[in-house]
Amino acid sequence: MPDQVLFATEVVLNGLMAGVMYSLVALGFVLIFKASGIFNFAQGVMALFAAMTLVGIQNGQVPFSHLFNAIFGTKIHYFGWEVHSVIAILLTVIVMIFMAWAVQRYIFQYLIGQEPIILFMATIGLAYFLEGVADLMWGAEIKTLNVCLNSDTCLPQGINTVIDSVTFGWFGYGFFVDNLDISATIVAIFLVAVLVIFSQYTKQGRAMRAVADDHQAALSVGISLNYIWILVWSVAGFVALVAGIMWGAKSGVQFSLSLIALKALPVLMLGGFTSIPGAIVGGLIIGVGEKLFEFLIGPMIGGATENWFAYMLALLFLVFRPQGLFGEKIIERV
Amino acid sequence: MNKTDVNKGSDDYSVRSVVMEMKNITLRFGGVVAIKEISFDILEGEIRAIIGPNGAGKSSMLNVISGFYSPQEGEIWFRGEKRPWLKPYQVARQGIARTFQNIALFEGMSVLDNVMTGRLTHMNSNIFSQALWKGQSEREEVENRDHAERVIDFLEIQHIRKTPVSRLPYGLKKRVELARALVSEPSLLLLDEPMAGMNVEEKEDMSRFILDVNDEFGTTIALIEHDMGVVMDLSDRVVVMDYGRKIGDGAPDEVRNNQDVIDAYLGVSHD
Repeated sequence: MPDQVLFATEVVLNGLMAGVMYSLVALGFVLIFKASGIFNFAQGVMALFAAMTLVGIQNGQVPFSHLFNAIFGTKIHYFGWEVHSVIAILLTVIVMIFMAWAVQRYIFQYLIGQEPIILFMATIGLAYFLEGVADLMWGAEIKTLNVCLNSDTCLPQGINTVIDSVTFGWFGYGFFVDNLDISATIVAIFLVAVLVIFSQYTKQGRAMRAVADDHQAALSVGISLNYIWILVWSVAGFVALVAGIMWGAKSGVQFSLSLIALKALPVLMLGGFTSIPGAIVGGLIIGVGEKLFEFLIGPMIGGATENWFAYMLALLFLVFRPQGLFGEKIIERV
Repeated sequence: MNKTDVNKGSDDYSVRSVVMEMKNITLRFGGVVAIKEISFDILEGEIRAIIGPNGAGKSSMLNVISGFYSPQEGEIWFRGEKRPWLKPYQVARQGIARTFQNIALFEGMSVLDNVMTGRLTHMNSNIFSQALWKGQSEREEVENRDHAERVIDFLEIQHIRKTPVSRLPYGLKKRVELARALVSEPSLLLLDEPMAGMNVEEKEDMSRFILDVNDEFGTTIALIEHDMGVVMDLSDRVVVMDYGRKIGDGAPDEVRNNQDVIDAYLGVSHD
């Protein structure tokens, strides 16, 4: 095979893996939008908050220590212990569930039946509030996330070297794939499988689908909307945690992490706001498209296309297929 | 249509037990009194109709029973106990199922899935066993599915089991909604204008199904209707409402000859 084709294949492969990262963020949006009609602007900040909480717990940081020290004049920053990754993840999940409860109890319970734009505004407020809380709780400095995912401890001896040598044996050309991207893909597949099983086979999942479809009908078969919404926010919080771990491991846990929400927007426009498969396929298309476009067209127009390609594609979709690939087509009956 | 009370406890209404009793229910929306001091009871195994002209407060009454509205005054007694003011989903969990005037179905789901949601209150196994499809949840699922299929057969909607509800015509949607309510084995079934917007043939079908449900499963039914003819054939006892008040209560024949009821329906001025 000619080198160009092999290189293009490698680009596609890397694009797919990058796409998985976008899908992870988009998933959280779709979950909440489907079940409650809220476009959750805070999804990116939730990922940041989750990642910061995870790192904070791992490092044994004292939450709100800056506030504490300022008031009492003390100098406490760390408990002086380190928490194992698995326990830290579990604790973070508990924190995210608590956040879900608080969001429902103190914000959206008062906004039932409001216009979508008002709900959207509320999530913008939530985004800034949560960012502030994250800052106050764990401090603003950039942290490195050390879950086993980004080192070689989880994948024996660095699976990328294995792939490299195997493909070299086949084609005489070694593929380079990032270790973290492989882990992200595996985790994402697992996550989607769990979500599918949850929504298709469990009572709570069925209730969630019912609420997404019709509130009144859901009430009449004995489903508590409040409970389901807390559940949905918890699941979205969990997805945010997974996205936060992946992105945090990739680029460090810092406040710009909340901007990954912007990367999810074109994915949603492509895949449709109400479709879980759409979020995944949309993410993959954008990931591959971005990398291929940069590879094929980039050199002709001076490169740096990755910054705008996704948005350009989304714009085209808005013009020709506004409901996205998998979204529900809206037909008004007159 | 002649009704035969084969499966019911007794034809004598004084012997039957009371399923639900309303005591002096008053419901206001701001200054508007939707329901004013209404009392009536619903007996085990009967078909109880609430009728009245448009705006009489019938639907409000049903919404009070099913927890969508909470009245300012009055009490509801359910199975011999005073019921606190519950949310709609809590009422549903107590075994009171309902349908809606303008159909509330899960449009994106198939008929079977819609009917299965009616069994949600009967699923008790834990989430992990459900996810793994083992043990208690497997038995439950089989049992619930069995139940759903029986109701689907009974209401003659087998041929559309797998069809998405959004594709069905109006009359069939009404029947699917009835199936979803029925599958929860309710101790009280509330039907909000089950025959509204139907043609004659569909109305006859629906009447037959309501009677059959009552006969076969012994389900207690309370229904709202403003088509007098249908109601009189169908129900055991009738409450008549007008302007939020009760103006008649009794067997269809009694009610038909009640002067207040005749006035309300023919529109005699109140002066």
